[in-house]
Amino acid sequence: MLTLSHISKTFNPGTVNEKKALCDLSLHLAPGDFTTIIGSNGAGKSTLFNAVSGSFFTDEGTILLDGRDITFLPEYKRARSIGRLFQDPMRGSAPGMTIEENLALAAGSGGWFSHMTKADRDRFRERLALLDMGLEDRMKQPVGLLSGGQRQALTLLMATMNPPKLLLLDEHTAALDPATAEKVLEITRQVVEEHHITTMMVTHNMQDALAMGNRTLMMDSGRIVLDISGEERKGLTVNDLLERFRKGAGRALDNDRILLSGGEE
Amino acid sequence: MDLALIQTALELGLICSLTVLALFLSYTMLNVCDLSTDGCFTLGAAVGAVVAISGHPFLAIFAAMGAGVCSGFITALLQTKMGVDSLLAGIIVNTGLYSINIAVMSGSSLLNMNQTTTVFTIVRDLLEGTVLEDQYKLVVAGIAVILVVVFLTLFLNTRLGLAIRATGNNPDMVRSSSINPVFTTIVGLCVANAFTGLSGCLLAQSQRSADVNIGTGMVTIALASLLIGGTILGRGGILTRACGVVLGAFIFRLVYTIALRFDMPAFMLKLVSSVIVVLAISGPYLKSRWPMIRRRLAHRSGAAKGGN
Repeated sequence: MLTLSHISKTFNPGTVNEKKALCDLSLHLAPGDFTTIIGSNGAGKSTLFNAVSGSFFTDEGTILLDGRDITFLPEYKRARSIGRLFQDPMRGSAPGMTIEENLALAAGSGGWFSHMTKADRDRFRERLALLDMGLEDRMKQPVGLLSGGQRQALTLLMATMNPPKLLLLDEHTAALDPATAEKVLEITRQVVEEHHITTMMVTHNMQDALAMGNRTLMMDSGRIVLDISGEERKGLTVNDLLERFRKGAGRALDNDRILLSGGEE
Repeated sequence: MDLALIQTALELGLICSLTVLALFLSYTMLNVCDLSTDGCFTLGAAVGAVVAISGHPFLAIFAAMGAGVCSGFITALLQTKMGVDSLLAGIIVNTGLYSINIAVMSGSSLLNMNQTTTVFTIVRDLLEGTVLEDQYKLVVAGIAVILVVVFLTLFLNTRLGLAIRATGNNPDMVRSSSINPVFTTIVGLCVANAFTGLSGCLLAQSQRSADVNIGTGMVTIALASLLIGGTILGRGGILTRACGVVLGAFIFRLVYTIALRFDMPAFMLKLVSSVIVVLAISGPYLKSRWPMIRRRLAHRSGAAKGGN
C-alpha cells in the first residue's frame, strides 16, 4: 500500500543547525497493516509522517501510495487518500463551526456548491452515535464547546468519513487523560478494523505499541532500527523491546515518557 | 429628529452595509483584514459611474462587481502565491488602485452624473405615483442588500463556503486537509470584493457623483459597523449574523446622523469610526486583562506601604 524507497530529509542544510531528520529510510506497508512506531524524541517519527503526508518534499527517494507516485504531490491532494491525526486535539477541527458542518466538510460528498442534505445528517448522526459520547444530539453546536477527548474522537471520525488509503496517527491520545485515551484508542481500533485501513500510529506507550496492530517499528536518528511483526512479535514484553532497542541502536532508549510508561508493568 | 434624516441614515446604512457584508466574509469568516477595501470601493464607484454615463445603468452594476473581483483576485494572489504579507498586500493594492481609479475616470478626480440614467432614476420613474415614491433609494438599496444576504447565507453553507470558513477558523486543520487554502482564500476575497465594488457603485449612483476619495476610510467605517453588528447578533447561524451586520451598519449611520444633529462637524465621521473600532476590539481584551492589572496595582501599593 505504502512504499518508501530510500527517502532522506535534511533540515537547514549547510548551517550549524543542520539536522539529518530522515536518513535513507525505506519501508513497505502491506494493505491492512496496522503498524505502531516508537522511538526517542527527535528520532524522526513525526518527520516521517510529515514526509508521507506531504508537509514538505523529501530531498531524496520516492514515495508510492497504492502504486501511485506521490513524491511531489502537494499536501492537500494527498490528504484525499491520507487521513492524519495530531497530538493536539484542537488541530483537527474548526472550533467556530458546528459538529455537522465539520463533518460535512470532511465527508466532501457532492460538488463545491452542494449543500448538506438530510441524508448527510442522518449518516453523520449514525456515525456519531458509534462514538457513544452523546455527540449525535449536539450536531448544531460549535465544536469549540467539546472537550479534548470528544474533539479527538470527532477528528478521527472526520479522518475516516471517507475511508482513507492510509491513516497516520501521531500520538493522537497523548494529550488526553488516561480514561479518554483508552476510549479513543478503542474507537481507533474499531474504525480501522471496520474499514481495513492501512495505519501507522506513533505512540510513546510501549504497551499500546505492542498490544495494537500487527507490526512495530522503532526509530532512531532518522532510521528504522527495529522492525518486528508476526510470530516474533507475539509474547514480546516491554522489557524485551527495550533490550532489543539497545542492541539495535547501540544505546539505551532516552525518552522519559517511554521509560515512565514502560515502568508501569 | 425628523423622518427624512432617519431615511437618509437608512439609505446610507443599507448601501454601506454591502461593504460591511464583504468584510463579514473576508474579516469574520476568512480572517483576512482586507485593507484594499477603500480603493476597491472607489473602483466600484468609478467603473459604475463610467459605464452608467455611457448609457448602461444595469451593466454598470455588474461591471463594478467584476472590477471588485479583479481587485480581490490580485490582493489574494499577492498574499497566497507571491509571499506578500496579507496586510501589506491590501495596502499595496489600495495604493495602486488610486491611480487606476483616476485612470478609469479618464484622468479626472470627479465624475458628475446629474443627467445620467441610473438604477435609482429608473426605479424612481417606475414608482412614480405609488406610496413608495419618495423611498425609491431605500427600495433599490434594500433589494441589493436582501439579494446579497440571501446569496451569502446560501454560499457560506455550501461545501465551498464551509471550506472558506474553515480556512479562517483553523488554518492548521486546513493545511493538513484536502482543502487548498490558496484556492479558498482567492475565492473568498474575490466574492467579498465584488460586494465592496457593488457598494461603491450604488453609493456613487445614489449621490449622482463619483470622486476619487469616495472610499477613503471605508474599511474603518465598515469594521465599526461589523463590530457593532457582532455585539448585537454575533451568535447563531449565518443568516442571523448577516442580518446583525446590516443592522450594525444602520445603527452606525443613525448614531452618526444624531451626532450631526447635535452639531458635530461632518468631518468627525472618520475619527468616530476609528474610536468605535478601537473600543470594540480592545474593549474585550482590556476587560480580560483587568483583574491582573488590578492585582498589580494592589501589589504595588502594598509594596509601597511595606517599604515605608
